[in-house]
Amino acid sequence: MSEQMTEARRKFLSRLSLGAGGIISALIGLPVLGFLVAPLFERVGREWRGVGAVGDFEKGKTTEVRFEDASPLAWAGVTGKTGAWLRHQPDGQFAAYAINCTHLGCPVRWLPEAELFMCPCHGGVYYSDGTVAAGPPPRPLVRYPVRVRNGLVEILTSPTPIT
Amino acid sequence: MRFLKIAWEWFDERTDASKVIGPILKHPVPPNTGWKYVFGSATLVAFLIQVVTGIALATAYVSSAGQAYESLKWITDKAFLGHLMRGMHYFGASAMVLLVGMHMIRTFLTGSYKFPRELNWVVGVFLLGLTLLMGFTGQLLRWDQNGVWSTIVAAEQAGRVPLLGPWIARFLMGGQTVGAATLSRFFAYHVFFIPALIFGMVGLHLVLVLRHGISEPPKPSFPVNPKTYRAWYEDMLHQEGVPFWPDAAWRDAIVGVLVVACVMLLAWWVGPPELGTPPDPTVIQAYPRPDWYLLWYFAVLALLPHGSEDYVIVGAPLVAGVCLLVLPLVFNKGERAPSRRPWAVVSIIVIVSAVGVLWLEGDRAPWSPDFDNKALPATVVHAAGPDIANGAQLFHEKGCENCHNVSGYGGHRGPDLSHVGDRLSAQQIVLRILNGGNNMPAYASSMKPEDLNAIVAFLKSRRVGG
Repeated sequence: MSEQMTEARRKFLSRLSLGAGGIISALIGLPVLGFLVAPLFERVGREWRGVGAVGDFEKGKTTEVRFEDASPLAWAGVTGKTGAWLRHQPDGQFAAYAINCTHLGCPVRWLPEAELFMCPCHGGVYYSDGTVAAGPPPRPLVRYPVRVRNGLVEILTSPTPIT
Repeated sequence: MRFLKIAWEWFDERTDASKVIGPILKHPVPPNTGWKYVFGSATLVAFLIQVVTGIALATAYVSSAGQAYESLKWITDKAFLGHLMRGMHYFGASAMVLLVGMHMIRTFLTGSYKFPRELNWVVGVFLLGLTLLMGFTGQLLRWDQNGVWSTIVAAEQAGRVPLLGPWIARFLMGGQTVGAATLSRFFAYHVFFIPALIFGMVGLHLVLVLRHGISEPPKPSFPVNPKTYRAWYEDMLHQEGVPFWPDAAWRDAIVGVLVVACVMLLAWWVGPPELGTPPDPTVIQAYPRPDWYLLWYFAVLALLPHGSEDYVIVGAPLVAGVCLLVLPLVFNKGERAPSRRPWAVVSIIVIVSAVGVLWLEGDRAPWSPDFDNKALPATVVHAAGPDIANGAQLFHEKGCENCHNVSGYGGHRGPDLSHVGDRLSAQQIVLRILNGGNNMPAYASSMKPEDLNAIVAFLKSRRVGG
């Protein structure tokens, strides 16, 4: 009888100890996991950033512009900025394109004489309106929202485009 | 010396160190394992170089996105032996990747993954993956232009995973863009998380080696039979086994010295990779490339047929991983000798050759446009008239020369046009320029007729002997 009770007690104590181990793991692990995956759920507000006066951008030309990300961390330094290609179209409208190639994200360069965007990584080529001209990119250059307010051209900060 | 002996005896009496370590060092191993069995310990030596130099670098490296580059410049240019530390860390990484590959090839060719060592192979496959991850995350920590853009390329690739892609990409970046959080995370992965996994896995790997013993050099007509192998192995060790220390370990020690010497020499003479321009995601002049051990994969991505990337980027590592993990489960018995396993030998030859060729192509990268090309000199153009000279200038300005080579000038993305005048008629050239092709843009909407005529005249003048 006492041997059976001892076995039953041992079984209970084993389960209690394993359960305690599980609780320790959960108490430590869950907050840590939450901290690590927090960026997936963070709501980052988007902000309009001025990139220059309308008069700074000649019609029919494409220029590189730079602006600060929405709410960069204080120690981000130069990595807190994003670049974009801004085109002042002949009809007076503005179009802003992400500099990331839609193939694998490399920064595309603008060839003004050829009126083409060209990617240095695998030779992807886009026309001046961002549509794919040649090479491996699967879709056109991502466009950022752009507006003109009080003579200032503004671009809406956006996440890095992931194809 | 006497004092040391007394000190050791005092320590040993209280720890039983010699009773624990002694049997491990002197455990019997099969005789005649030879030099081909050194690659595992050589990889471990390379890993130790990484840990020690990594700790040294971590005492000076600032993992802040805004200051990492400056701290690396200081380590490289100003800190005493900082240049050597960075160099050892870089070449140690290269050595580790090379040696882990050689170790894997050896264990595969000698069938050492068969019973009872299947699990050790599985652990080894995870270690291979972790090693490559360390190489990749380590390159990013250089946090120069290449580092920042390589992070974006990695996030783009991760983004191709169905359903979860954007979440994985965001997790990698630590947010919506590459910024401050990104570097901090990669630092934590590279310095804490992945090394912790490697330590654990290496520990398990070594425990399993001690548990099952080092596989004996295979002989033809001595297949592995799970029912009888253990008894046979124990008996063989009993009769023919030699103590690991020093009968087999001496080779590991010599090769260990060679590995360290090579890494130090390369670190001293060649030096660490040059830090590129500071990390600025707004700077367009960037050309992200992985370090040499991943250049073959860089080539694979460039040479894939259009439209297949989603399947290859996600599917290929998955399929390769599954094949490697399942290998010992499916082929866990039978012949171990390579002379009786022609498929094993052929597959190694094919894989090594393919990776080798892809490495060379990845280094040459003919698919990348040449943005640094200069306008064709007059000595090459040999203009018979102003149209041809003008055409040559336009050939440069319109970006044609970025992809096409003429007499050694320009890129290699597209066909060589040095003698295109012999190959194509004027009409064919016009059609191609206006309509483009698979990898060539159509210039119809952006080329004036007079410019087109000039370029065609120039290209038609490109002939053999012309």
